[in-house]
Order: sequence, then C-alpha cells, then structure tokens
Amino acid sequence: METPRVTGNRIKEYLEQGKRFDGRKPDEFREISIETAVSEKAEGSARVKIGKTEVIVGIKLDVSEPYPDSPNEGKLMVTSELLPLSSPRFESGPPRFPAIELGRLIDRAVRESKFIEFEKLCIKKGEKVWSVFIDIYSINYDGNLIDAAGIGTLVALKQARLPKYDEKNEKVLFGEWTNKKLPLSKEIPIITTIHKIGNNLLVDPTLEEEDISEARITMGGTIDGTIFSIQKGNPKQINIEELYKILDLAEKTRKKVFTNIEKFLK
Amino acid sequence: MAKEFKRPDGRKTDEIRPMKAKVGIVPNADGSAMFSFGDTIAIAAVYGPRKMHPQHQQDPEKGTLRCTYSMLSFSVTERIRPGPNRRSTEISKISQWSLEPVLMIKKYPNMVVDVHINVLQANASTRCAGINAAALALAHAGIPMNDIVSSISIGKLDKQLVVDLDKDEEDWEEGEGSTDIPITMTPNGDVTHIQLDGRINSKELKEVLELARRKTKEIYEVQKKALKESIKEIK
Repeated sequence: METPRVTGNRIKEYLEQGKRFDGRKPDEFREISIETAVSEKAEGSARVKIGKTEVIVGIKLDVSEPYPDSPNEGKLMVTSELLPLSSPRFESGPPRFPAIELGRLIDRAVRESKFIEFEKLCIKKGEKVWSVFIDIYSINYDGNLIDAAGIGTLVALKQARLPKYDEKNEKVLFGEWTNKKLPLSKEIPIITTIHKIGNNLLVDPTLEEEDISEARITMGGTIDGTIFSIQKGNPKQINIEELYKILDLAEKTRKKVFTNIEKFLK
Repeated sequence: MAKEFKRPDGRKTDEIRPMKAKVGIVPNADGSAMFSFGDTIAIAAVYGPRKMHPQHQQDPEKGTLRCTYSMLSFSVTERIRPGPNRRSTEISKISQWSLEPVLMIKKYPNMVVDVHINVLQANASTRCAGINAAALALAHAGIPMNDIVSSISIGKLDKQLVVDLDKDEEDWEEGEGSTDIPITMTPNGDVTHIQLDGRINSKELKEVLELARRKTKEIYEVQKKALKESIKEIK
C-alpha cells in the first residue's frame, strides 16, 4: 500500500529537473472543482475535488450554552473523518492522528482568522449561542486532503444559512431555514500546504508524492499576506532560508487557489 | 515604542522566565529530565531502545521514536479529564517530529524509543518545556543523537514581539491580540518544529525566526549545563 521506494526515488529524480509524473510544475495545483449544496439537510455544504482527491464538508448549527470565558460568542467545532471507503489505508474505529490533525488544522485557521463572526452568533448573552459544526469527510484520497478540506470549509461556510429558532420554546426548528447567512468577515483564511522533498518545494502532492514528503508547512492566511496559522509536519528539519521560500510560495499559492474558488465565495 | 511596552509580569520583552533543568529524575527510566520555564514544569522519561509493541508497528529498516505528551489533571486551574484528547494527541506527534531530526536511531531496526512527556504544572509554553525536557532525557538515556533541540514560544502581543509567553499573555486581547508561535530549533538554527496561532505578516514572522534563533541558543546553554551536571554526579 505504501509507495514503493523505486517510485519514490523516481519522483525525487524528476523533481530535481523540475518535473512531476503528471506533467505539472512543482508549484502547480491539480484542477479544482467545486459543487455546492450537496446535502439538503445541512445548513451549508460543499464537495471539493482536487484531481482525484475528493472531500465533502458539511456545516450544521445548533444552539447551546456559551463557554464561560466568551459568554457572548458562538462556538466552533471541527471534526474530520477519514472514511474507510475513501482509501484502502483508512480503517474504521476511533480517529487516529491524521484525522485529528486535519480537524485541528482547519479549526485553527478558521478560528484565528475570525472568519466566522462569533459575536454575531449570540442569542442571549451567557445563556444561548449558536454552535457551528464543521464536519469533513474524505470520499477519495489521492493526497492533499488538508487543502481540499480547507477549500470545502470556506465554500460550505459561505453557503450556510441559519435555521429557524423558536425563542419562546428555546428550540431550533431544524429543517426550516431563515434567509440569514452565517455572518462571515471579509478576511478569508485560505489553507495551503507546501511540501519539501529533497531540496525541492512543491504544492498539492498526489498520494505518491505525499508519501515521500520530508517536511510540510500548512499555513492559513489571506491573499494580502496576513497569516493566521502555521503548522510544520513530518520529521525533517527546515533551514531558515527554506522557510522564507516556503512563506513566499505559500502566499503565491494562496492567490492562485483564491482565483480558482473566488466565484464560490461571493 | 518598544521600550514603553509593559509585560503583565514585568519581564523584558526578550526575557525568558527563570529556567531550571535537571537530568535523571526518574530512576526507573533509561533517561529522564525536568525542564521548567517559571511555573511551567515538564518532566520527560525515555524507555528504550526496546522491542516495538505492537509487533505490526515494527520497522525492519530503522528504529522508531514514539512520543506521548500529557498534562496531569491538576496541572491547570480547571481539572482536565485524564487520558488522551485531541490536543495532546497532536502535541505528542509534534514533539516526535521536533525531536526526530537529531536522533540517530537508524541502527535499531524493529526497536522503539519511547519518550513520555508529562506536564506537572502549566502556565503556557508547556509543549516547549516538554520538548526541552525530552531532548535532555534522550541525551541522558544515551540514545545516539547528533545534537539536542531547544524549544521556545515567541509571542506577538498586539504588535510587540515577546519571548516565552505565559498564560496572561496568551489571553492578551488588546490591539491585534495575542499570537503564539512555538518554535523548536537545532543549535545550528534548523527549524524542526513551528506552529502559529493568531495574526502576523511575513515581515514580522521573519523577525520571529531571528528572535527564536537567538533565544534557543540561551536555552541550549541551560540544557548543556544540566547534562554536564548529571555527569559530575556519577563521578
């Protein structure tokens, strides 16, 4: 199931010449395609395909008590499930590290960017606020689930409408919606991951490329260069010069991704 | 402008809380250490190299590093439910990744080096204290390493950079709020771990990396001293 070493070595040789198996340049994404409203029960949803990788993201809302340290703010919960149907590598059972990390990476970019305007999701201070649940499912895994999940999250959030709320009985009328959209800010956190293989940097790896990734940096940020979240993954060190290059490449990549998904964020 | 800035506990912007490091604190372990930033205290113990269990996780080509990070239930004001959670699972893996680049365990096929990190008392920067303790414990266990790593959290409070965030600073709300950037580096300045939560631009981030470079050197000295002291005791 793992990528054979000969394949890995060949990928590295190709990258040395700036080439990839599928003919892309190192800084080139696969084709991104997006579908919205894939679930009519969810408050908002999206299906994102990057090449053969596919994820579905759904947004559900519910009313609950706020956290004591933020009595007038809505809550956020991001979970991801790497479905066994999406790859022979995934098994059912409690979430393992990759699923946990995926959820947390998306959570932090959304939370730190303040993309969801949580203070507008307060119903009654200290008592009732909206909770936003972002749930990510893999449908087909061929590398780069993180970026796909990031795009799916943005599009699904943009779609989401608030359900009706019966204030008298303090009950959410699920399945009935208001015209109100989820309050979102203008600063859109785009999540991109840059991988290091040998001395080369690349974006949007296929599964084979991801398998031999030595280090990766996932960043959430805007197209104007504001960064909200960073996480380094994989066990290889990066020197500072490389890190600067990664920062630049990430910013360029965010811009490219944004032009691809812009029409879904209006 | 920078001079006017007041940190809640009166530290200078580039002042780390008093650090303590001690090697050899768990007699049963093959290696162990304590590292603290002020009242953030972490201990780490190393067991191994030993046979990897479960067997299917054995790697016939090289040794494996396995880290577990956890906080004691009473290490924070409000009790944490014991056992792993999403945060601790992530930090465990992050700690493993931050230590792996300096480890030379290729020669231990089918074996595992277990590093257990526990936070006894938390006042922010716990993962950094944990990684610092773990690096010491690995060295103390005599695991082949080409060096140790040192970890620090850099903070940005509104627009001011500070080092070694404490809890009050983590909750800073003025201006742009608080940005927390834990970084781990080798003594020659390679980054083995970086995370960031908050809001920053790339120019500021470059300053952060320079600051981290300077301050991890300071931590490295504290770690080295602790290791040397442990050898004196053997004599």
